[in-house]
Amino acid sequence: MSEIFTGAFWSQYGSLLSQGTIDTLIMTGISTVFAYIIGLPLGVLLILTQPHGIRPNKTVYKLLGWIINIGRSLPFIILMIAIMDFTKLLVGTKIGIRGSIPPLVISAAPFIARMVETSLAEVDTGVIEAAQSMGASTMQIVWKVYLPEATPSLILGGAISVITILAYTAIAGAVGSGGLGDLAIRYGYQRKVDSMMLITVLFLIVLVQLIQFVFSRVSTHIDKRLK
Amino acid sequence: MNEPIIQIKHLTKTFGEGGSAFNALDDINLEVRQGEIFGIIGLSGAGKSTLVRCINLLERPTSGEVIVDGKHMTELSPKELREARRNVTMIFQSFNLLMQRTCLQNVCFPMTISGVSKADAEKRAMELLDLVGLKAKADSYPSQLSGGQKQRVAIARALATNPKVLLCDEATSALDPTTTTSILGLLKDLNRKLGVTIVVITHQMSVIEDICSRVAILDGGIVAEQGPVTDIFSNPSTDAARKLVYPNGYNERQTFITGAKIIRVAFNSYECTYEPLIASLAIDCSVKVSILFADIRNIDGKATGTMILRLPEDADEAQRAVDYIASKEHITYEEVHENV
Repeated sequence: MSEIFTGAFWSQYGSLLSQGTIDTLIMTGISTVFAYIIGLPLGVLLILTQPHGIRPNKTVYKLLGWIINIGRSLPFIILMIAIMDFTKLLVGTKIGIRGSIPPLVISAAPFIARMVETSLAEVDTGVIEAAQSMGASTMQIVWKVYLPEATPSLILGGAISVITILAYTAIAGAVGSGGLGDLAIRYGYQRKVDSMMLITVLFLIVLVQLIQFVFSRVSTHIDKRLK
Repeated sequence: MNEPIIQIKHLTKTFGEGGSAFNALDDINLEVRQGEIFGIIGLSGAGKSTLVRCINLLERPTSGEVIVDGKHMTELSPKELREARRNVTMIFQSFNLLMQRTCLQNVCFPMTISGVSKADAEKRAMELLDLVGLKAKADSYPSQLSGGQKQRVAIARALATNPKVLLCDEATSALDPTTTTSILGLLKDLNRKLGVTIVVITHQMSVIEDICSRVAILDGGIVAEQGPVTDIFSNPSTDAARKLVYPNGYNERQTFITGAKIIRVAFNSYECTYEPLIASLAIDCSVKVSILFADIRNIDGKATGTMILRLPEDADEAQRAVDYIASKEHITYEEVHENV
């Protein structure tokens, strides 16, 4: 395994690894953005319609809860295979970076909805009540109270979401999505290049550490409760 | 002048349904006059927080009418209600400031959500912060302030939309006595300067005593008693009122069962260590009195508080006792009559 310190290894696999890292980051980044576009409003809707929310609605709250729970019960690899035809219809291919994004988004959105719900639930109900007492509308409470007050917590939740999606991209490697997971499976597992297995795992560890570090730092930095 | 600005008629609020339903408020009738400081007092669970939330409709009454500044609150559309709420603002026990915004931004908040431009809002917010004595803290965040300062910011924020009514829900209950006094002083000041009507919800009789002109006593969801604070104090006629006026459990019925003359003696920093009053009275005048009630605190070696004494039935002896007590410095007395 000491070959990972040799020039020969890097000249053979270096470009694959750098491309794999870039692919992983692209898949993770794009999927996170789309998953939040779907998951964030759902999380807000959960908070608003819950029994003690500012717009309680049993039907919406329960229905949404059901859908989210179903989405979260499906293992990612099953979901990915199950929706392949839908994926092809949506992005024109079942594989590669493009093909991996729809299942990543569909899988992560319900998870993100719950993360957002948890973060927003941390906002003191008294502050929400105060905003209501000042004549704030529901939308004003969402945009000017819930989201800004919960931002540090949303960012911490964001780290968990991004890392979860990053882990999913590695699973997506099983069906040829590209990225570090794909390299680990094709070279590390199928061709028995142990060094490739080791190095992709090391790369993933470093990525996760970096993501967590950056998000935690940003969250702490902007949280005015801590000053 | 002194027109009612808040009228509550036959207000009932029921929580739950069917067998588990209970009336948090039951047939409440109240009037708050323009420009006064009105107190609503009650022990925990009496329904006072629910009642104050029925005024700005944070809680929707089950039945009854709430009329604020001529508007029937329960009949307003959601949009009209949001506008009406700018006229009846509120401060809270836990301050409820936006923690991620500066003091200035907190005070601007109710103005910006009602469409005031940022520049105008900031200008007025600075004036309000100045009014509550916190201009220097404009750019600080709530987490950097003390409890009293937070409540001052909350007061400035509540005044931002020029309300006619300010509702205070246990606004001083989380504060220490000194800070409580200064916040109450501020409220009194604002009431005088701006003419804003203030409704104070509290479980502390001292708060009512300090700033309210009239008071309603809430007990088990009903108004047990209401009237001028001085009347309620000198003549608490219901159990609920007595419990609040004499929190240490002074049972007046028992006290006044005899026909003898009763006096209330007030100790104002009396040097009790050098001269035990009741013992001296017995020795110097050979008059025996009974202590019916005493709530005397030793502050710095000096007695402060109240004592209720039953004097001897003999008129001559009674007079001697009264004269003796009257001769002491830092002690005042008044006669208490049965059913006063």
